[in-house]
Amino acid sequence: MVGPATDRPSGEATYARIVRPLLLPTWLVIGTLLLLPVLLMVVYAFLTKEFRGGVEWKFTLAAFEQFFINRGLFGDEPAQIEWTYINIFWRSIWQAALATLLCLLMGFPAAWYIATRRPETRTIWLFLITIPYWVNLLIRTVSLRFILRDNGPLNEALIAIGIITDPLPILNSNLAVQVGLIYSYLPFMVLPIYAAVERYNFTLSEAAVDLYASRWQTLTEIVIPVVKPGIVAGAILVFIPALGAFLAPDLLGGAKNFMIGSLIDEQFRGSQGNWPFGAAVSVILMTLVLIALLLQARGARRPS
Amino acid sequence: MRRFLAVTAMLTTLSSAALAEGSLKVYHWFEYIPQELVEQFEAETGIDVTIDTFESNEAMLASLKAGKLGEYDVAVPGDYMVQIMRGEGLLDSYKPEEMSNFGKIAPEWLDVPFDPGRQHSIPYQWGSTAFSVNRDVYKGDISTLGIIFNPPDELKGKINVLDSQGEVLALGSLYLGIPQCTNDRAQLKSLNDMLIAAKANWASFGSDTAKDVLVSGDAAAGMIYNGFSAKARAEGANVEYAFPKEGYVVWMDNMVLLKNAPNRANAVKFMNFLLDPKNAAAVTNYAAYNAGVTGAEKFLSESILKSPENNPPKGQKGEFIQACDQETQKLYDAIWTNLKK
Amino acid sequence: MKGVRHYPGFLGITIVCLMVLYFPLMVVAVYSFNASTSITAWGGFSLRWYVDVFTGPEAERFGLATWNSITIALIAASLATIIATAAALAMIRGGRFRGWKATYGLINLPLMVPEIVVAVATLIFFSTIGLRTGYLTVLLAHITFCIPFAYLPIAARLSGIEPRYEQAARDLYATQAQAFRLILLPLLGPGLVSGWLLAFIISLDDFIITNFVKGAGMETLPTAIFGSVKQGIKPNIMAISTLMLGVSVLFVSLSYLINQRGRSSASIKE
Repeated sequence: MVGPATDRPSGEATYARIVRPLLLPTWLVIGTLLLLPVLLMVVYAFLTKEFRGGVEWKFTLAAFEQFFINRGLFGDEPAQIEWTYINIFWRSIWQAALATLLCLLMGFPAAWYIATRRPETRTIWLFLITIPYWVNLLIRTVSLRFILRDNGPLNEALIAIGIITDPLPILNSNLAVQVGLIYSYLPFMVLPIYAAVERYNFTLSEAAVDLYASRWQTLTEIVIPVVKPGIVAGAILVFIPALGAFLAPDLLGGAKNFMIGSLIDEQFRGSQGNWPFGAAVSVILMTLVLIALLLQARGARRPS
Repeated sequence: MRRFLAVTAMLTTLSSAALAEGSLKVYHWFEYIPQELVEQFEAETGIDVTIDTFESNEAMLASLKAGKLGEYDVAVPGDYMVQIMRGEGLLDSYKPEEMSNFGKIAPEWLDVPFDPGRQHSIPYQWGSTAFSVNRDVYKGDISTLGIIFNPPDELKGKINVLDSQGEVLALGSLYLGIPQCTNDRAQLKSLNDMLIAAKANWASFGSDTAKDVLVSGDAAAGMIYNGFSAKARAEGANVEYAFPKEGYVVWMDNMVLLKNAPNRANAVKFMNFLLDPKNAAAVTNYAAYNAGVTGAEKFLSESILKSPENNPPKGQKGEFIQACDQETQKLYDAIWTNLKK
Repeated sequence: MKGVRHYPGFLGITIVCLMVLYFPLMVVAVYSFNASTSITAWGGFSLRWYVDVFTGPEAERFGLATWNSITIALIAASLATIIATAAALAMIRGGRFRGWKATYGLINLPLMVPEIVVAVATLIFFSTIGLRTGYLTVLLAHITFCIPFAYLPIAARLSGIEPRYEQAARDLYATQAQAFRLILLPLLGPGLVSGWLLAFIISLDDFIITNFVKGAGMETLPTAIFGSVKQGIKPNIMAISTLMLGVSVLFVSLSYLINQRGRSSASIKE
């Protein structure tokens, strides 16, 4: 994320010290209500699986072994690298990354457009973007399923205007998952970017144009670096939830292959009832995300 | 902030005030009991009934194990889950004398493998799981599980299977004619290979959508519960529910007495109430499955009595899903993960 | 002046975004008027599901669930926005301090942990400390996971506001509180609105965590809806969803009208 302002002597430093205690509520709420439970889960990842859910308090690395090492169906073949779960991670990561990119390509222009409206209409536009989310995601995804079907409205419209002759088999494909992910998380890209662009000082663009920069150059070299905090915030809010999504993959993708979300869910709410393994997969996922977040935050904190 | 906390604290005390005498907490599937029947029980006994819902046997087990035990009096798990919960020590037991209607339990449902002699549970509803085929698409013989596991060309790529390990592996085992909980390597290997080959012909995995894909035509054949298939037919889909010759899955939902039930006496009253043939029939008329209670037939509606989904041909056998031991279950878990990796 | 704000095609993409967002809702609205019990096959026009919503056997349950969902979302989003604003001030204006990274990770923790893990872990935690599950536990859980959704837009906004604004105010002998209330807060406005809206819809939509930490008999709209899925979604769910949309549109139009009126009376005063 965004780095703190560089220290300046006297007034600034005092001010900085005064605002720091404002973190107390955050530490209190997330620290007790989430960090403690999550630490418990981290411990669970190293405990012995109790049959049908739950844990026994005996230390083991079995969960991580299951993740990384393949000994065949019966567990007696020579140890090899287990690709099953790595592939599941890879599948989820590229789907989420692509969804983030597409959300950005759609969301940035939308956020820009909204931010350049008259001040009193901007809030209305924001509401327009979020109103659909008053309807439960499950219901919206089921409706999206209806639209994408072979004999659904989308295919019928495409056939009617003569673009295609046979219905496109969109449902139960990766494309459908992608559409579902974009649909699920688009506002999470639009709103943070809007918040940043709204603050943008347009005289910067004018200066660039005066210096004979093209529109496109102005956008990529002046605007985007300035509103980058908003773009980064949006990317985080789309990418991380999309990584663990399972409604779109299940209902639109046909649930033929596990994604990270459904794999973890299966360990707790499915018939496998393997809490330590579910915890271990989560720990691996959280570690990857945390590393990415901190690398990005470090880059952002460096003075440019 | 303080006022807000006070208000929410008040709300929580209000909601837990109902914990006093005269209440009953039921952990149930959604829309699986007619509201009028609950109201009738409340009127007869003065007991205040609260119903909470879960979406799958496993989700219920997880939430009870994570700390909800002691909050509910009764739950409605499926057959194999009764056995699992019994093994986990999550169930309380009762004596037959505690229920005047205990004798109404149909004899064939009394000494069931998952709860021999009925010490913890009473029958709620039972039904079967097999598959249905859209007869507009495929007109051939559908009396075999090969329709799902080795489909004819017309159905290839148009099949939905339940997104449920237990049902898919049990039906697969029936198709191959192997036991449900085996340690035999050759058998397990053949099950694994057969499923992976069959998956190439499947369009999707989905349990909640099992009915809708048949009605909408997204799938031309699909694994499904018998009552769900009846609903698909009622919504206008030309589907036929099959009772395959290799066998099909029979399931029974049971009302169990939970351990640490806050209102045990009321729970026993409620279970006894549900064993009354008239009340059992009311549930059946609503849910469109079968009651496990003697004498319920005469209260059943015509459409339930004659429903093709509820009347397997004579001689076809159904099997319960078995709960395997830990070592064996590990192998089946691996097969399922392998299928969905 | 207008030139640098305008990019050709941006309006088009915005319209595409809105179409993508609203198209599935049309399906929801249309099938809420379906005469049959199906959500995929049309059986003629009927208002029966709207009657069912208010008078059917599940009416009370869904009514209560809707009330719980909306109140929890309102309270959780508001508290999360307050906590997140405080956190953003400290993180962006607090200079370099030890634990900055750890705090940054902590704020984003609710995003990083898969929902089902939060659900199971939180329930175990609540039952360990002996907190009875109910309205309060759901609210606490919602406040927690709403924080990053409020924080990220607010922090993004705040980092675009140079500290010299508050500094100037303080130079003119404004107290810290005055500088915040009179200068920074109005500047933060769009960030606060964005953060609050995201937190609100996230809370309104949550199923998995709520389902675990709610008490017996306490229901929110998503838990009521997910429960119904096992028996097959019926058009009554579509009717409820359409009504929710109606309420939100009404809510937005009202706030717009009030806003307009306030604005016009303000301009008269000037």
